[in-house]
Amino acid sequence: MAAYVLRRLGGAVAVLWAAFTVSYLILYLLPSDPVAIMLDQGAGGERVDPARVAELRERYGFDQGPVQQYLTLLGRTLTGDLGTSISSGAPVTGFIADAFPETAKLAGLALLLGLAGGVGIAVLASWTRAVWLRDLLLALPPLGVAVPGFWVGLVLLHLFSFTWFVFPAVGNEGFASLVLPAVTLAVGLAAVVAQVLSQGLREAWRAPYVETAFAKGSGRARVLGAHVVRNGSLPTVTVLGVLVGNLLGGTVVVETVFSRQGFGRLVENAVTTQDIPVVQGLVVVAAAVFVGTSLLVDLVHPLLDPRVLAGGHGRAGGGAR
Amino acid sequence: MTLTTSTPGAGPTADAAAAGGADDQAPSDALLRVRGLRVAYGAAEVVHGVDLDVRPGEVVALVGESGSGKSTTAHALIGLLPDGGRVTGGSAHLGTGQRSAALTGLLPDAWRRVRGVRVGLVPQDPGTALDPVVRVGEQVAEALVVHGTPRRAARERAVEILADVGLDRPRERARQYPHQLSGGMRQRVLVGIAMACEPELVIADEPTSALDVTVQRRVLDLLADLTGRAGTAVLLITHDLAVAADRADRVVVLKDGVVVEQGPAARVLGAPEHPYTRELVATVPGRNNVPSAYAPGAGATVGTGEKAAPSGAAVAATAAGTPDEGTTDGTSSEATAAGAIALGTAAVEPSPALIEVRGLVKEFRLGRRERLRAVDDVSFTVPRGSAFALVGESGSGKSTTARLVLGLDRPDAGVVELDGAPVGADRATRRRTQLVHQDPYSSLDPRFTVAAVVEEPLWAHRVGTRAERRDRVAQLLEQVHLSPDLAGRRPAELSGGQRQRVAIARALALDPELLVLDEPTSALDVSVQARVLELLARLRAERGLTYLFISHDLAVVRQVADHVGVLSGGRLVETGPVARVFDHPAHPYTAELIAAIPGARTPAHPDRKDLT
Amino acid sequence: MSAVLRTRPAALVALAVVTLILAWALVPGLFTGQDPIAGVPADKLLAPGAAHWFGTDHLGRDLFARTVHGTSLSVRAALLAIGVALVAGSGIGLLAGFLGGPVDDALMRATDVLLAIPGLLLSLAVVTALGFGTVKVAIAVGVASVATFARVMRSQVLRVRHATYVEAARLAGAGRGAVLLRHVLPNAAGPVLALAAVELGAVILAVSALSFLGYGATPPTPEWGSLVAEGRDYLAVAWWYSTLPGLVIALFVLAVGVLGRALTRETRTDR
Repeated sequence: MAAYVLRRLGGAVAVLWAAFTVSYLILYLLPSDPVAIMLDQGAGGERVDPARVAELRERYGFDQGPVQQYLTLLGRTLTGDLGTSISSGAPVTGFIADAFPETAKLAGLALLLGLAGGVGIAVLASWTRAVWLRDLLLALPPLGVAVPGFWVGLVLLHLFSFTWFVFPAVGNEGFASLVLPAVTLAVGLAAVVAQVLSQGLREAWRAPYVETAFAKGSGRARVLGAHVVRNGSLPTVTVLGVLVGNLLGGTVVVETVFSRQGFGRLVENAVTTQDIPVVQGLVVVAAAVFVGTSLLVDLVHPLLDPRVLAGGHGRAGGGAR
Repeated sequence: MTLTTSTPGAGPTADAAAAGGADDQAPSDALLRVRGLRVAYGAAEVVHGVDLDVRPGEVVALVGESGSGKSTTAHALIGLLPDGGRVTGGSAHLGTGQRSAALTGLLPDAWRRVRGVRVGLVPQDPGTALDPVVRVGEQVAEALVVHGTPRRAARERAVEILADVGLDRPRERARQYPHQLSGGMRQRVLVGIAMACEPELVIADEPTSALDVTVQRRVLDLLADLTGRAGTAVLLITHDLAVAADRADRVVVLKDGVVVEQGPAARVLGAPEHPYTRELVATVPGRNNVPSAYAPGAGATVGTGEKAAPSGAAVAATAAGTPDEGTTDGTSSEATAAGAIALGTAAVEPSPALIEVRGLVKEFRLGRRERLRAVDDVSFTVPRGSAFALVGESGSGKSTTARLVLGLDRPDAGVVELDGAPVGADRATRRRTQLVHQDPYSSLDPRFTVAAVVEEPLWAHRVGTRAERRDRVAQLLEQVHLSPDLAGRRPAELSGGQRQRVAIARALALDPELLVLDEPTSALDVSVQARVLELLARLRAERGLTYLFISHDLAVVRQVADHVGVLSGGRLVETGPVARVFDHPAHPYTAELIAAIPGARTPAHPDRKDLT
Repeated sequence: MSAVLRTRPAALVALAVVTLILAWALVPGLFTGQDPIAGVPADKLLAPGAAHWFGTDHLGRDLFARTVHGTSLSVRAALLAIGVALVAGSGIGLLAGFLGGPVDDALMRATDVLLAIPGLLLSLAVVTALGFGTVKVAIAVGVASVATFARVMRSQVLRVRHATYVEAARLAGAGRGAVLLRHVLPNAAGPVLALAAVELGAVILAVSALSFLGYGATPPTPEWGSLVAEGRDYLAVAWWYSTLPGLVIALFVLAVGVLGRALTRETRTDR
């Protein structure tokens, strides 16, 4: 168990470092001259003072070679310093620390709603013997993944804020302002959870151990509770990390639609102003959230599936072919 | 499952009655009475009116090939038909007098009072029939809890049950998960679950077909022991006539959803009346109904106590390279040489060795440090024109050895020589040695036509023009008795036996000298198996082929091979002529393996008696 | 495919929807006679009716015409994104699966990392680096899907490579290249192409999300995501402005998804 935990921890750190590297490669190496892009953005096509270019290059380390520059950035990041914003000059870490709690509330509520909705749909569809109800329930997830998140947000706004005046349209004030954005975010999540889970449950129902359980004289409820749910939920648990990561990505759109302050708005602003240090900081933080969630899932997984520790699953591999 | 077009109406049932079915033997005191049972999947009926009786404490075997409806019948009797399956007619009653209850048309609640308590089920595949994420003891206890035993008492009783089914350290085992148990242990647990409430009837659905032969024997012994003690009747579903002969009091033969014959096991299998039963009995491997050993070009026979061998000539010829007496641990190359000299003088003209294997070792890395010696210092010789069988249970290293002989894998130590030259992954080796895989369902590319499959070796070796290759393919198909109409079909449209014939045709395309046959018939029904084995024997005779035959089925080996090597845990524990090894096994493991062959009681095989 | 269509009416309806919308992309003029760029200011913010099926926008332009004319750009962007992901991802997966060993390890670790960054953020990072515009957005969305394709292609290649019939072909004397081209690629391609169909929906959503955020087409060029974004400011007075173009996106993604799943089932049972 200790070896397993250490291996997972090591893996998490490695992925985090690699995510930093990938974001560096994309953001700092792809365009020929990041500073030109930055200044272009600010100056709106006017000629740029060469002295100012040189000064900026030095400030952001672009005068160094890529390796040197990468190492400098990495070293700074390791101490928790994600650099300074180009557009405002303020430290990126501070930005993110200010914005994060709002987004955590939003994503947390969305996660709860999404899981509840998705699990509810999948379990009910798996449980019911009424064919019409099952068909109806299973028609919902494909619908949920097909509707654009921003569109759901706008429709909800139109109905609940402009037509019936139930919830506020914009802002971060109070719980009421959290409801519509969280529901918007939760729709897509619930759809994916319902799809993965109902697929898992469907396969579990067909497994031979279910027949064994019925042959013992167990009833449907018992078979569902004792065998099907535990086995059928394993695939869902393993994708939870990705789902939480996507939830964070979804806040970019949702916070824009509902004009909320938070992580997503920060991303939107940084991309619009092409503020490279801020974008990189946000990408690294998002990867950290994904890695953290995945690590948590990895640590809980052996409790749900004892085979994980035996190395039968996962990437331990490398055995006889 | 092959579905025959359903024949509604009188036909099938009349057939069953004519075959001397239930009527003349129907005991009035039957525990299970099935009358005219019909089962359909959607619109297709697959069981057409089955009559069947099981008396209290009796073991009845329901035998048939795949698609005969035997498993469907069994599942109908416990109310666990797969989705879309339903009982469309007939009746089934369990128990006598006041305890009598119908097993058809039950509601879920009523089923719950029958399953587990009155009818238990031992499922087919122990690998998947236990829930992988629930502790073993908990799964046994569940069988008691659902019928009202308090949880704590059920847990205690579960440990006792685990002890009863012969698990060591039952208290620890109860806390383990299925993946920590071997296949045999898992099947014991499943027997324990089925017997937990001491039901009146246990339905065992091919309970051991996924297990090795020695394990199979022990599990069947356990089932007989437990059911015998509790007075439980058994409905044993099996495709294996030998198992039925060994274990059943009465046998019911099912074909295409119709009972063709039933009666006491000795009568049905000893003097079958229905042509289909006769065919089934005749095709059980082990009967020497096929000219098995055939050594082309072998000279005079030696005839030193080898009368029992299928062909004295072959034995003499092959004896040149393999020690005839005692066990070898594989290191005795000296003994081999000595044996060769000693017998070489006796034999007039020993065939030269085609394959010579010396000191073969292959290891696999299991984890960071653990290594598994899959093949451990194995040496043997296969003379040209002979059939050498490597037998062993799963994990014994027989398939790995075959791959090394073909040059598909590189050994960690030792050499394999083909006609005196080391084999490799080169094209020359490829042309001279070919493999027929175990599973004809996966060895053919689903996107290729039959003709393209057979042509591939010719194409790859740039043999002939396109037209010449087409003629050659037609020839090859004819040789394996496949209709030329099949040339344009794809594998999915062929039966298992047809696919294996295609695979054999492909293997023969380049005129190889050595054919490695890796369990070539283990995925096939017994009657199909017999025809494929017959084909292989004939091809060997006609073309002077040399066979290296890999198998876990000793009955098949006895039929096709001249010489046999017994592998256990990667080591070759015994080699010798088939007749000698089977009749006088020198190594205890070989003796155990032979004793475990089912069918020792088969009246049709009196020659098997001496094997037990 | 044809068998699926016969047995599943939903797939048939989906095919009809996809065909119709693809026709919009190819010949928009056939479906609407109105000008998508020039509006009639007097007709601004008209509710849907016989003259304007989707209503009009704040400049009096016909929203149905703008939606139909915007289809081409959105669909082309989505196809470009799928193309990027399919080519790059399949290439990586094929190499990793077929070569195995350290190449496999290195490539799969790299795709693990791409999966660690939420897709939308990865696309946004690429957009930040490349700049704005529909083509750049499409590339960015494609990059975010590369890892998924690489994984599926690799697992398919591994499945096929270890299949007995591939070993049988090697034994028959076929070389590595012949085995790859004749056996591995054809048998692995089906599920990957089915994934492309399923992913097409997700890609359309991602492209329209990025253009909704304003990184795609520049006004007045109509494009699905930006149409919805323009309507945002008129939500209280003109519900149709955002709602109807958004509904078209949802309908198309739903139909593509149904078709994609039918295709997946087909390739799964095709063996």
